[in-house]
Amino acid sequence: MQSVFTGPVFVVRDDIDTDQIIPAQYLTLVPTIREEYEKLGSYAMCGLPEKLYPARFVRDGQTRGEYPIVVAGRNFGCGSSREHAPIALGAAGCKVVLAEGFARIFFRNSVATGELYPCESSERLCDVLKTGDEVTVDLDALAVTVKKTGKVFKLKSLGDVRSVVDAGGLFNYARKTGMIGKTG
Amino acid sequence: MTLTEKLLARAASKKRVQAGDNVWVQADILMTHDVCGPGTIGVFKREFGKTAKVWDRNKVVIIPDHYIFTADSMSNRNVDILRDFVKEQGITYFYDVIDDPNGHWVFDPTKGAMKRQHGSHYAGVCHAALPQKGHTRPGEILFGTDSHTCMAGAFNEFATGIGNTDAGFVMGTGKLLLKVPETMHFRLEGKLQPGVMAKDIILHSIGEIGFDGATYRAMQFDGPGVASLSIDDRMTIANMAIEAGGKNAIFEFDAQTQAFVDYRCKLNGTNPSYEPVTRDKREKFSYELVLDLSKLEPTVACHPNPGQRKLARELNAIKLDRAYIGSCTGGKTSDFIEFARILRGKRVIIDTFGVPATPEIVHDLQTARWGQQTVWEILVAAGVKMTENAGCAACLGGPVDTFGRMNAPLKCISATNRNFPGRMGHKDSQVFLASPATVAASALTGKITDPREYLPA
Repeated sequence: MQSVFTGPVFVVRDDIDTDQIIPAQYLTLVPTIREEYEKLGSYAMCGLPEKLYPARFVRDGQTRGEYPIVVAGRNFGCGSSREHAPIALGAAGCKVVLAEGFARIFFRNSVATGELYPCESSERLCDVLKTGDEVTVDLDALAVTVKKTGKVFKLKSLGDVRSVVDAGGLFNYARKTGMIGKTG
Repeated sequence: MTLTEKLLARAASKKRVQAGDNVWVQADILMTHDVCGPGTIGVFKREFGKTAKVWDRNKVVIIPDHYIFTADSMSNRNVDILRDFVKEQGITYFYDVIDDPNGHWVFDPTKGAMKRQHGSHYAGVCHAALPQKGHTRPGEILFGTDSHTCMAGAFNEFATGIGNTDAGFVMGTGKLLLKVPETMHFRLEGKLQPGVMAKDIILHSIGEIGFDGATYRAMQFDGPGVASLSIDDRMTIANMAIEAGGKNAIFEFDAQTQAFVDYRCKLNGTNPSYEPVTRDKREKFSYELVLDLSKLEPTVACHPNPGQRKLARELNAIKLDRAYIGSCTGGKTSDFIEFARILRGKRVIIDTFGVPATPEIVHDLQTARWGQQTVWEILVAAGVKMTENAGCAACLGGPVDTFGRMNAPLKCISATNRNFPGRMGHKDSQVFLASPATVAASALTGKITDPREYLPA
């Protein structure tokens, strides 16, 4: 299981709601249909106002972004229960979100889908990092290392949910642990 | 135990649970709609197999309501996906947009957005439709693929929003693993003053604890003040628990709950038996707040989130382009009645849109008479653009041709529940959340206005 992720971060502030992660007009796309899953990726975070976020998470015309790691402040993923939100991020190539805090349903959907690791940081990384900064996230060591400065920040443990994301989501985990039958 | 702990203990077949426990909970109802239903069905089929059957065809309730009155072909297709699944599974409760079980839903924009285009089974916004159609019962567990599922906490049940994957799991097994939340206690005392509404109670409460103040927690509302709140009022409050990050909201069971639920179950022929939960002498709360309802004033949540609390009278300098009344939160019959009381005989001076939550509410407003006019006619005469096509409409923006959607950077005062950037359409628009009374008064002046100055004598 991959536990180390390296790459540039995309940094957002507090209270990024699911409408900003995937605007409601794109919820007509059904995530379990392959082409529509990819399309969702192309719209990831396009609801962020350009005035506040001139750098875009996914460039126009692309289906995937260049940021495997998103850094956020408090209450990331608040608002609607749309699973399209972690799915759009995952489809765009995001593997880890490092936030000061998560809204409940977004956190749960990230784990259930296995799309990404929702990690809480001990410090407010959105004040320290800028979009484009290269970091390495080590889920075993619970550490984020900034390439440029060598500075290391601590992450809080994911606890029980780590193994669910490792397994690729709720269903894989439930089968692996015998909670539901192998064949479905 | 708190009310929420008692509900979850029962559904987990345990004597006791406490906050922090992870328990497998048996669902009573799983609700889904046109936006998350197709994805949930996709997960269900992928994981349980193409020929799999839902765990109980009487307990999966499907209510198309989000993107219905739009010419967007993907949206129309999604309603058809629901219909095909209902046929295949023999699902009992499906509130289709059209009457023909073998037909296809296509919205006809040439007929306009205001005239009714749906058939006789259509039920409107799921959270308002569930109780009207007899699917909310005290003591039960309701999961829905929509964050405002918490609205049904008004009926003394555990109700929470979940994603497609969790919902696919419930669809196949009837169960879900849940963490028992801590409970925050809101004790209501006194009575609201004229011009102050249930919406003001919840906007005030969210302002008090912050817009992520109830994250991972239950919000329990009880106390002597609840008796003066109607079922609609309690629904408004429970609806917005998620706007503080709450997992669920919960009210006590009383004679009003009983009368409503018994009538609705009988009317619709749904399961009439239920067992409420009552309060224990000892409850452990993570937070306590006593609210004197008589002290509350008309309240507004400013752009860009529901926690930006201000009093309406402090915001009189804010000029508006638009007013909107509708949604599960603010589109009920009682909401429109209060709205109409203020607008009666007057004229709005900004674009004002009205979207009832359900067809039954449309019917109520078109039949209730005040003197010579129906409430509907009073609103139309005041200049409100009223649509008969009940649904979620512009509350969440939706496809670009959605009725009332903000397609330009406008300022809107709205009786809905969310005001994040872009929520009602344009990314640079601004939404101010308020009660139907405050929205009405503001529509008359074109500025955010305390409705107490505009109450009829």
